[in-house]
Amino acid sequence: MATVAPPAATPYAGVGWVSAVLDWATTTDHKKIGILYIVSAFAFAMVGGAFSLVMRTELAETGAILDAHLYNQFFTMHGTIMLFLFILPVSAGFMNYIVPLQLGAADMAFPRINALSYWMFAFGGVLLISSFAFDGGSASAGWTSYAPVSSNTGNNAQPLGIGVDLWLVGVVILGAASTAGAINFLTTIFKMRAPGLTMFRLSLFTWTTLVTSFLVLLATPVLAATLILLFADRNGAGGAFFDPTGRGGQVLLWQNLFWFYSHPAVYIMVLPAMGAVSEIIPVFSRKPLFGYTSMVLALVAIGLLGFIVWAHHMFTTGGVFLPFFMASTFLIAIPTGVKFFNWMATMFRGAVQLTSAMLFAVGFLMLFLIGGITGVFFAAVPVDFALHDTYFVVSHLHYVLATGSAFGVFAAVYYWYPKMFGRMMNEGLGKVHFALTFLGANMLFWPQLMLGLDGMPRRINDYAANGGWELMNMISSIGAFVVAVAVLPFLFNLIYSAIYGPRAPDDPWEANTLEWATTSPPPPHNFDSLPEIRSDRPLFDQRWGVHEAEAHSDGSEPPPATPKDG
Amino acid sequence: MTTQAHAARQPHFLRRIFVGEEPMTVGLWGMVFFIFSEVMFFSGLIAAYLALRNDALVWAPANGGETLEVGFRPILFTIFLLASSIPMQWAAVAIRTGNRRALRWGLLFTLVLGTAFIINTGLEWAALDFGISDGPYGATFYLLTGFHGAHVLGGLLFIFTLWLRTYLGHFDAERNTAVEAASMYWHFVDVVWILLFSLLFIV
Repeated sequence: MATVAPPAATPYAGVGWVSAVLDWATTTDHKKIGILYIVSAFAFAMVGGAFSLVMRTELAETGAILDAHLYNQFFTMHGTIMLFLFILPVSAGFMNYIVPLQLGAADMAFPRINALSYWMFAFGGVLLISSFAFDGGSASAGWTSYAPVSSNTGNNAQPLGIGVDLWLVGVVILGAASTAGAINFLTTIFKMRAPGLTMFRLSLFTWTTLVTSFLVLLATPVLAATLILLFADRNGAGGAFFDPTGRGGQVLLWQNLFWFYSHPAVYIMVLPAMGAVSEIIPVFSRKPLFGYTSMVLALVAIGLLGFIVWAHHMFTTGGVFLPFFMASTFLIAIPTGVKFFNWMATMFRGAVQLTSAMLFAVGFLMLFLIGGITGVFFAAVPVDFALHDTYFVVSHLHYVLATGSAFGVFAAVYYWYPKMFGRMMNEGLGKVHFALTFLGANMLFWPQLMLGLDGMPRRINDYAANGGWELMNMISSIGAFVVAVAVLPFLFNLIYSAIYGPRAPDDPWEANTLEWATTSPPPPHNFDSLPEIRSDRPLFDQRWGVHEAEAHSDGSEPPPATPKDG
Repeated sequence: MTTQAHAARQPHFLRRIFVGEEPMTVGLWGMVFFIFSEVMFFSGLIAAYLALRNDALVWAPANGGETLEVGFRPILFTIFLLASSIPMQWAAVAIRTGNRRALRWGLLFTLVLGTAFIINTGLEWAALDFGISDGPYGATFYLLTGFHGAHVLGGLLFIFTLWLRTYLGHFDAERNTAVEAASMYWHFVDVVWILLFSLLFIV
């Protein structure tokens, strides 16, 4: 398979760094756009992470260092950046890089729209962060931007400034970027598959991209409409939509429309991580994925159920039909459970190799489980009434997104880095990164579960000394700094390995999917030739020969033999 | 029509979606997904409209009626917009047999009718005695008609570009995805107007 890569086709060759910058700025190559997404997303994550360190410093002890308005800006922008500028684009980056390769395609269906999506995302991100430079600072109504806190009409005594307007415009631009991306992914997956690659031979990561893209396609435009209505409310319509003290708007309308997007958005953020984990666990357990079809159906079920549960964020408003949303929310535990048991059954009696990627994948299973189970707590209306708006919510969502989605992202980095940069990452540093992150994240988020049960409300910048909350807050803050320190070996590893790492072969992990059938890194056109695709594991078939693969289609690994190709 | 000309015609896009005689091109798939997202965008706006209207104590423009008086002009220009789907479809069908002359005329008729609709929206806005800040009624009215008007304008730019491209010798019986995509988009914008017209002027 491996052939010498032809010379890179750089249209601006010859002027050194100028040509390199122009090449990256004007590229329509899905691989370069993918790397741009991933690098920008990690850069934004540094900013968002710095905000969280400021907040944990503030909360470590009683007594306020920051004034409340500044603190509000920090938690608003921390949430906004981590969701819209880190998790979503970093997933988009991996999808961009990996999905066309897994389909055996030369590029995305619409390469120029792909580049447009990236630059819209970059512009929207810069716009959001630039809001700190304006009078009144950035948005400070929380990442949910509930009206009438975010309104500037009616009886709102302290209307928020232009930061909210910039936030609205920025998020609309980010939404347009991800909608265009979703159209691109869907068309690519439906139309650009290699011969023989039927829908039920797609890799799990491609399937999660498909379902995620449908969620983005159908949910994000509703968010755009919602944000535009709030923008109109603040600039001309005088609160007619969301501010009841203005001209007869409805606050619950904002919450309904917002959560109609933002609940599916949770799955938009976690499904790509699940897809990456579904690729990594079989490869490092040396077994086929257990229950491929049930995995796909569970994925589709999560996607469909995601659209009928949004009002579980609004139980305490008294404006929603509780039994329906409680039942539909409980239902989501079923397909999620199917996925968990499939992952565990895949590892069961496998020859598990604990590489950094696998460690993060297993860490994902352990910690996302806590996030999932606390989610089931909240699905129960009586529990939700007790715990609504406490630190239990904060801990739950961070177990889902920080130790769920972000662990999936780290696993994906360790797994696909050799393909992207043609070098192996340092496994020792990777394990240090995992150990520190795992320890720090639990120190950070587990005490917050306790604080929530003790009734500590979220979104406060100070608390009384006699509430018994000091110890847990201090442990949590130390945990935050442990996680921050854990980022250092990771960053060092990324840069060091790109220069000094050992050369990666085409298929360093003996994996199953098509991206490993080309060189590392792939040439601009991706493939010189494709293996024959007869199953969902074309590289396994190629390595062992189709006949032996069919003989072992029950899942047993063939006896050790000299691979026929390689 | 001879059998040969009949064989040269590609099946209609609805037929391609539901029957699948001939696979849709990549560009048409993109347009189908884009229209999905547009449907959800208007669903969000219409959901807000219905929620506000359902709970409003008073839901009336300044003239006191339940909805606007349906004058002669809105009906006339609604007919113009709906009629514009006919030359658009005629153009899309014509280019499937390579008839670029008919394509050009079809696009031109569509442009004229669509522009007339846009101008009428402006005239209508100028004549109304309430504004966007006059409560939920005014706010939803101007946002719904405004976003629909923006979509008509986008469609007109799309069609105008196609019309110019015909003079560069673009489009023939085989290569006409952009025309077909424009026609899908234009029909979608028409259907949205039927819904909005019913909600704002009739129901």
